[in-house]
Amino acid sequence: MKPAPFRYLRPASVAEAVDMLAGHGGEARPLAGGQSLVPLMNLRLARPAALVDINPLDELDDVRVDAEHLVIGALVRHRRLAADPLVARHAPLLAEAARWIGHGAIRTRGTLGGSLAHADPAAELPCAAAALDAELVLTGPAGVRVLPAAGFADGAYSTRLAGAELITAVRVPLAAGARPWGFAELARRHGDFALVLAAVTAGGEGAATAVLGGAGGVALRVEGPAAGLAARCRDACDPAGDVHATAEWRRAMVEVLVTRAVAGALRC
Amino acid sequence: MLSLRVNGAEHRLEVEPRRLLADVLREDLGLTGTHLGCEQGACGACTVLLDGAAVRSCLLFAVQAEGAEVTTVEALAPGGGELHPLQEAFRDHHALQCGFCTPGMLLAALDLLARSPSPSADEVREELAGNLCRCTGYQRIIAAVLDGAARMNRSFSQGSASRG
Repeated sequence: MKPAPFRYLRPASVAEAVDMLAGHGGEARPLAGGQSLVPLMNLRLARPAALVDINPLDELDDVRVDAEHLVIGALVRHRRLAADPLVARHAPLLAEAARWIGHGAIRTRGTLGGSLAHADPAAELPCAAAALDAELVLTGPAGVRVLPAAGFADGAYSTRLAGAELITAVRVPLAAGARPWGFAELARRHGDFALVLAAVTAGGEGAATAVLGGAGGVALRVEGPAAGLAARCRDACDPAGDVHATAEWRRAMVEVLVTRAVAGALRC
Repeated sequence: MLSLRVNGAEHRLEVEPRRLLADVLREDLGLTGTHLGCEQGACGACTVLLDGAAVRSCLLFAVQAEGAEVTTVEALAPGGGELHPLQEAFRDHHALQCGFCTPGMLLAALDLLARSPSPSADEVREELAGNLCRCTGYQRIIAAVLDGAARMNRSFSQGSASRG
């Protein structure tokens, strides 16, 4: 099928993009990589009145390090995330998670900010960002605010992003990015959305954080001693069963994948 | 008025923003080598290069390609019946049957070969995992990409030698 008509807007700055979003009172959507939004529009499951194309905004396509954070622009695409030397050095978990997303021709377009805003409960980057204690920098009509990546999604495909707000960057604390990490995912075929995934970072004194994807309506974060973490994740998660896998199987796989991801982190 | 650069030629077109790049290539420019399978980014048949990077042309509005260089399968063969070395390898390895997926396979493979001129079979498998073939099977396609890479490397080194 083909998308329904919409107004196409091309802002020259983040401020102008926010003005355009605000001007359409919730009927406009930002267009980043379009790898989730455009299929939904082709199927007419999404019919935004206007698209604000943020792709030309070079200010959102930057990776840098400041005193305390690795700062990744919202428009940084998965292919770059997987290969960027600064990301490899300061947040290797994000680079690994990016490699698991879709296929090559999806990763050339899909963006970090887009994945976080779309909030698919089985997506890789929201889990990796939450496991890294990352923060999202949002710009809206009232200015800039910062929210933790953990808890940013408040439901499947739903976030705390207000109407005319735009994710402009993701900040990973350098201390969190340096933690030992592990990542494990199960999908039916290479490149499919995860049936279950686990992103794990290990802190000091045997503590660890696991963030689970595909194991509920939102990514689930579980903290505590690395010993026994997998079993606690299995008990804490509440996955739904569907045509791809039963809830019981998903819960069993949560334990397997967290075990693998913790083992990966302990090898770091 | 949209200005679109495809296979080195500049086009000026009047297009609605909702028109997908794939449709504009096929219907407005007559470049029907780009095939549309699923229109939801799953099959890879519509893969083209945007500034050298493989993209799904069904997930990109034509207006978004303004200012970029679009490469479609029509750009590969020099004409006069001669094929690109990768196309020759596809022919010689019987890497196509109905040919519907072939343009997407070729362009996805060319993106890989530009970054990794002598890839391993595993690299080829991973890179082409997003391109579905429903008749030939993948073994011959992978063999063709590996051989095509070798042919491209040979013709490149011969080209350099003759220029030297």
